[in-house]
Amino acid sequence: MAYDYEKSIRPGKLPHIWCPGCGHGIVMKGLIRAIDSCGLQKNETAIVSGIGCASRLPGYMDFNTLHTAHGRAAAFATGIKMARPDMKVICCGGDGDGAAIGGNHFIHACRRNIDMTYVLMNNFIYGMTGGQFSSSTPTGDKASTTPYGNPDPAFDLAKLAIGAGATFVARTTAFHATQIDKLIAEGIKHKGMAIIEVLDDCPTTYGRRNKFRSVVDMMKRLKDIAVPVTAAAKMTPEQLEGKILTGVLHKEDRPEYCEQYAKVIERAQGV
Amino acid sequence: MSAKAEIEIIEAYCKGCSICVEFCPTKVLEMDAFVVRVANADACIACNQCELRCPDFAIKVHKLS
Repeated sequence: MAYDYEKSIRPGKLPHIWCPGCGHGIVMKGLIRAIDSCGLQKNETAIVSGIGCASRLPGYMDFNTLHTAHGRAAAFATGIKMARPDMKVICCGGDGDGAAIGGNHFIHACRRNIDMTYVLMNNFIYGMTGGQFSSSTPTGDKASTTPYGNPDPAFDLAKLAIGAGATFVARTTAFHATQIDKLIAEGIKHKGMAIIEVLDDCPTTYGRRNKFRSVVDMMKRLKDIAVPVTAAAKMTPEQLEGKILTGVLHKEDRPEYCEQYAKVIERAQGV
Repeated sequence: MSAKAEIEIIEAYCKGCSICVEFCPTKVLEMDAFVVRVANADACIACNQCELRCPDFAIKVHKLS
């Protein structure tokens, strides 16, 4: 039998709203497989998102889901985790939502090392609002608001997360479909803030402005630029020019926020 | 060569992006008026690449034992 995705999807919600070839559907499949492989039950899992194309994802998932204010997924998710530390909290969002408008919430959730998993779908653009450039649009690329090329340097979101203090940071692409669920599952099992950046394709607002003839070209580019961290260790800086490292980029153990906060409560109550 | 899997296509979900056609290693699938169809069922090696990369939940690969 084929894998049954529809047991995790709200009945009648398919076909979804995403454009033909949009990688968000591939990431959603990976998330479903990851949740399944970790054995999480629907009533013990909360999926939280902000606003945007990628943030539509929880609407399709048959779990406890929350669709919140733009960029505030991490803030709402922190609230859920503090109130119900027994729940597994998963955030979903795009680069514009999570790392530009919600950049502040994102870095502070990383700093606190609260036990949640953040699936950051980086499609290099604000897709839903009409293709404006985001904080992760590569320099020189075109967006609706940068028709002559983006003058800004892009965030390296994985490095941002590591710098901000996330204790598990991994990256993959929508092309590497089996790696998506493995990394998300590893993130779910990790005690602390886990960031999984998935490089994604947006054929509608990014691809057609940046000389990608089709969604297949975008997928091939994701395949070409991805280099596993293990392989990169044996490569020269010239060979790594223009490449993006994939795999588990950072992992450390640090006290988790909910546990630390429980100790504060104990101290305050004089237990 | 006999098929290693039976491919089910849910046409109502397919948006015609053709990712599955491009990345099928044995060229089992083809596009037919913006909807994918199975053109060469016998060549399927049950690698599951089309199902994994279909963003629209439109392909199911039923492995044959």
